[in-house]
Amino acid sequence: MRLLTHNMLSSNIKGVANGFPLKIEVEKVVQKEVDFNIDFLKNMFYKVEWKALAEASRTMGYAELPENADAAMLESDDFLHKFHHALLELHLEEGALVCPETGRKFPVTKGIPNMLLHEDEV
Amino acid sequence: MSTSRPELLAPPEIFYNDDEARKYTSSSRIIDIQSQLTERALELLALPDDGVPRLLLDIGCGSGLSGETITEHGHQWLGLDISQSMLDVALEREVDGDLVLGDMGQGLGLRPGVLDGAISISAVQWLCNADKSSHEPRLRLKAFFGSLYRCLGRGARAVLQVYPENIAQRELILGFAMRAGFSGGIVVDYPHSTKRRKEYLVLTCGPPSLSFITPNGKGEDGESCSDEDNSGDEENQTVCVSDRHRPRKKQKVNKRGKGRDWVLKKKEQMRRKGNTVPADTKYTARKRKDRF
Repeated sequence: MRLLTHNMLSSNIKGVANGFPLKIEVEKVVQKEVDFNIDFLKNMFYKVEWKALAEASRTMGYAELPENADAAMLESDDFLHKFHHALLELHLEEGALVCPETGRKFPVTKGIPNMLLHEDEV
Repeated sequence: MSTSRPELLAPPEIFYNDDEARKYTSSSRIIDIQSQLTERALELLALPDDGVPRLLLDIGCGSGLSGETITEHGHQWLGLDISQSMLDVALEREVDGDLVLGDMGQGLGLRPGVLDGAISISAVQWLCNADKSSHEPRLRLKAFFGSLYRCLGRGARAVLQVYPENIAQRELILGFAMRAGFSGGIVVDYPHSTKRRKEYLVLTCGPPSLSFITPNGKGEDGESCSDEDNSGDEENQTVCVSDRHRPRKKQKVNKRGKGRDWVLKKKEQMRRKGNTVPADTKYTARKRKDRF
């Protein structure tokens, strides 16, 4: 699971008002090379919740992202490459996602988060 | 009928077990159909043609057959499926999108407004079945369309290819989509053919606008193709009941055969069914010379 996906997912449990961002428990991180595409990054920049991304990438052991970011930084090539690496190349292979409100764990195995809810959580 | 409708056999997470998932993905016929359906769904999605990769959601992505077509078009995607076995096959095939194990009937757990579009190939009709005592199809459809509406960006489209079992099911699905706030309708490709007939729910997030027109289906000669038209056709047909005691009238076949008009009519019928038919030329239904 890439951090792009982590940035989109939120906890869907009944009664949870703010299920975002899910905390990451890391067991294994892998890196996979992905083609660099500036247009996609610029498109995604406005949709990504920056604080959550920066925090998630730190948990995954990549501390290069700045705390805050604004659109002017998209001009910098260096910044774009870091953004690209954090968003698309870091994969959470094994671990868990934790709901910030209820503490419910969604296990991640072989890179696939299990977001299935129990019957009483729907 | 039971073999052609897997949703009547077992719930999806049980029907698509390891064997079925492997069978599904090793059949070249299914791969072909899936990629054709995805091509058409992407066409109906009508993303702006500016070369910018978009983020799409594939609902019921299965083993990633549809996702591969999305990747070929240069977009990023996120796949959701309820069957672990199907996702395992997708992992083996090393698809480019991210996979999430989830149930669309529980609502999509995604942040609002993040997606540029969504497609779904042959999945949404599963929601009409209650596989567990806790399942209530209406609530599940409501949760699905409500959450889909929220996570799509404004003006984004969702194209859902469905196999509704009957008219009631089609209306149920469309009704919940409209109640969630979507505008749009159903596009039917090849409405005259039983095999090639495919239905797509084309939905747009937001109020109906003048610029949005539900696209025409393929193989229907530009005529509108709503449900009423189709059911109307069936009703208008009169059923002939022949009296077997009456001597049958001789069929009118003159010496020269059925003639060019008849051939042209038949060819037109086959064309409407979506079959490949040779073009009409001056040679069509021309009689051979005597010396032949």
